[in-house]
This record gives sequence, structure tokens and C-alpha cells, in this order.
Amino acid sequence: MNPALPMNDILFTTAKILFAVLGVGLNIAGLLGWVERKQSAVLQDRIGANRAAIFGINILGLFHPIADAIKMLTKEDFIPKGATKWLHGLAPMISLGCGMFCLAALPYGGVIQYAGKAWDLQPIALPMGVPLVLATLAFGVHGIVMAGYASGSNYGLLGALRGAAQMIAYEVCLASSLAGILFIYGTLDFSQAVLWQANHGIWGIFVQPLAFILFLTAGTAVTKRSPFDLPEGESEIVGYHVEYSGMKFGMFLMTDFFESIVICGVITALFLGGWTIPGLDLRAMGLLGGALMLGSFVGKMMLLLFLLMQIRWTLPRFRFDQLLDLGWKNILPLSLINLLATVWIVYFKSLGAFRWP
Amino acid sequence: MAITVKPVVRPQRTFATEVYLIEVWKGLALTFRHLFVNLFRHTMTLFGVKGFLPGAVTIQYPEDPAVLGKRARTRHRLLKRDDGAPRCTACLLCETICPAKCIRITAENAPDVTVEKRAKTFDIDLGMCVFCGYCVEACPVDAIHMDANEVELSSFNRKDMIWNMPELLGDVKKQPSQPDFKR
Repeated sequence: MNPALPMNDILFTTAKILFAVLGVGLNIAGLLGWVERKQSAVLQDRIGANRAAIFGINILGLFHPIADAIKMLTKEDFIPKGATKWLHGLAPMISLGCGMFCLAALPYGGVIQYAGKAWDLQPIALPMGVPLVLATLAFGVHGIVMAGYASGSNYGLLGALRGAAQMIAYEVCLASSLAGILFIYGTLDFSQAVLWQANHGIWGIFVQPLAFILFLTAGTAVTKRSPFDLPEGESEIVGYHVEYSGMKFGMFLMTDFFESIVICGVITALFLGGWTIPGLDLRAMGLLGGALMLGSFVGKMMLLLFLLMQIRWTLPRFRFDQLLDLGWKNILPLSLINLLATVWIVYFKSLGAFRWP
Repeated sequence: MAITVKPVVRPQRTFATEVYLIEVWKGLALTFRHLFVNLFRHTMTLFGVKGFLPGAVTIQYPEDPAVLGKRARTRHRLLKRDDGAPRCTACLLCETICPAKCIRITAENAPDVTVEKRAKTFDIDLGMCVFCGYCVEACPVDAIHMDANEVELSSFNRKDMIWNMPELLGDVKKQPSQPDFKR
């Protein structure tokens, strides 16, 4: 085997995918339930969940996600009379599966040299990584529509329709807001995009600040979390998962967290320099570099999740027409203008008009 | 007194509010300030540094005592005269006005000729009481108050919700209710 090429054996790839989905995904998703409770509590001058304890020890309520999981696993799995049984069961799996799959396509690290071989730390390294993630995220809407339609409840169906309208509106914005920065990077590959930022020494957020804000907004909407939580509306307008209980409902909850992680991962890779740390060449540092890459990527992702959580507890929910107006009439035109401007700038740059970055 | 009117200017929609991002930024600044100030206070309390306000307004109720208002309407209490006899003259006004019919009084002749009657038994079923306070209003001799400042009144069965006269007077302490399997 050519030692310059990255290791590509099946064991290593499986380990990477397991790390991405179970190590990063499930752990952070579990932790997010705790973060959501505690962060909202602290910013509202409350204490938050602190009762779940093992042998009298409660580490700031960290056992609550475990207690939640046990509760959801042991609850009755209720399927209503008018429901289509197999679709009712399939819907949360599609939703969660799409979120999980996207996690495996994120670049947790670059290529490092160890034991005379090159190891690529990205679980699924594809030249079409970005469209793949966006398409899979968009596919998640099937789970929502299926859930609302198959549960045989009008409220569920209405929630599903709201979800479908919102997802379609914001998937368009999601892709079009990324078009400009991908045009600059000249690639659809996550690792190439990160390498572009590493080689030019500048993060994507400084190249395309408008695209960052647009993508963040559209991403929040795609994850169906507040202030865009009209498909779910936990507190008053029940959504597509009104007929779900037990772990199937838990899977829908997890989907939100997984999609948040994916959106934050995409933002990290494309706008925040991915696994790079300014001033350090991690690719030449062997195993330590690999660990730093993972830490840098996941750390940036967690900071973004913290920001998203703060936004979720700051803003009130949009009205549905405001939501669609924001998507179709504001974010989409702005992202298209952004793309157009980017194209002209890249064209003039190619003519040699200026050099930046 | 003349009515004073303070005209309140309605907030106008300006370009800044229409853009919305500025308002989002203001809101985030507020919540972030609360978050970090409270985190700082929590940390200081955790390490035992004095002189900082508590990070949360929460009262951890079962461990810390409940804070009742000064005029909270709580469990009934029967009052005594200066000579130690119950004030109640068994006029049955409270029993009559009670909308929940939770008061049951049996009257007997009083040895004191000035009051004519006194209560032999005075039972209040707190399981039926709606805590309206009519009995306190109706009482002509100020014998019943609802200021025992006690709100933890639950019991394991309906019988234990009934308080009799010595318990209401405070002569006898009400025995805590026991679950059926412990009897």
C-alpha cells in the first residue's frame, strides 16, 4: 500500500463512524438535554433539575438525562387505533437515522502521520460531503411527514404539514447560503474546505460573514428548535409527534439534538476553520495532533451549541407567516445576492484586480 | 382625588427593530449577562465565598421551609379566652355558612352562665374544607382563625384529615398520619 495515501481499512473506518455517532453524537445529545435544562435555569435565575441522584450524589443534576432515558425506555409504547403501524414505527427511525448519518460525514480531523502510515480522521471522506449532509438533513423531513400522516391524528398531520413547509423553505436557504463560500473554496469536500482555511490562514466566517449569519438562522430553523419550533410547539401547539410516546418520542427529541450537532459541525467545518488551531500545524504532530484536532473540532462545535441554546432561550417563537417570510423573502434573496457578489469578486480576483485573502 | 394620567409612548417600529438582528443581539446580551452573573454567584457560593447575592431565587422547598405571606390563610385554629376556656359559644354560624359543610359542632350547656352554650365537639374535615375563610368572617366571638401557618396537611386516609377540638385548640398535638400497612 502506498504509505502516502490515508489508511482505508474497514476496521478503522468502522471505529471512526462509531466514534462519530456513538462517541460524539449520543454523548453530546445526552449532554444537551442537561445543558438545555441547566442553562435555561441559570439564565432565568433558577436552579434547574437537581434531584436525580445515585447513592445520594447528584453532580449538578447530571444524572437527569440517564433518568430520562430509563423513563422513556420503560414507558408504554402507545400506537393509536387509526395509525398505520409500520409507518408509525418507521418514522422516528428515519428521522434519527438521517441525523446520525450526517454526523459520520463531518471532518473531525485531517490526515495525520502515525506509525509510518497516514490516517484520515474523517469517518466518511467523500468528495461530495457538503451536498450529502444537506441532502440527508433534507431527507429527515420524510420522517416528520410520515409521523404526522401515519399516526392517524389531525393534529399530528397539521404539525407535519407545518414541518414540511418549514423544512422545504429553509433547506433551500441552507444550500443557497452555503453556495457562496463553497464557490470560494472551490470544493464540495469538507476536508478540502478545512484545508483551504488552514492554508490561507483565515476562517470562513471572516471571508463570508453574511453567509455565516444566514446559515446559522436557516440551520436553527432546520433543526426545528425554538424560535422556529412550530412543527413541534411543545408547550401549546402540539406537533407531528403528538401520538408518540416512550422511546419513539425520545427518538424525535434526540433527532433535534442530532440535527443541532450536525448544523454546528457544518458551521465549524466551513466557517470556523474546522479542526485547525491558529498558529499550530496539527498535521505534523502525529497522535497528539490528532487528539488536538478532535478536541478543537468538538470544542468549537460545543461552543456553537451553547450559542444556539442561548438563542433558543432568548427569542420568542415566530408566527408561521413570519417564519415563511423570513425564509423565502429575506434569507433566500440575501443569500442569492451574497452568491452573486461572491461570483463577481472571484471573477475580478481571477483577472488580477486584487489579492485577498 | 384627581386622576393623573401618564401618557405612555408606544414603541414605534424603526429600521433597527425591523432588521431584527439588533434586537436579537440586545436580547442575547441580556440573557448572557444573567447567565454569567448567575454562574459567577453560583461558583462563589460553591466555594464558600461570602458577600455575593444568591445565583437563584429558588427555594428548595421540602428541605428549606416554605415562606408564607404575613396574611396567608392557612389551617384553622380555635382561640381561648383569658381563663383558658374555648371562646366558641357553639352558635353554629360557622357550620351554617360553611359552603363545603366541613364543620361539625355538637353543643352542650356551659357552666359559665354568661355564654349559655359551649362546644362539646368541634370537628373540621380539612379534606373537604375549601379554605374560603367564611367561618372566620362569620364568628361573632372571634373564636376561629385561619392563621396556624401550617400548610402541610396531607394524610394517608380521609379519617386523618379530620381535626377535633383539642387539636384545633393546640392542647393536643395532631398525630402524624400513618399509611395503612404500618397500622
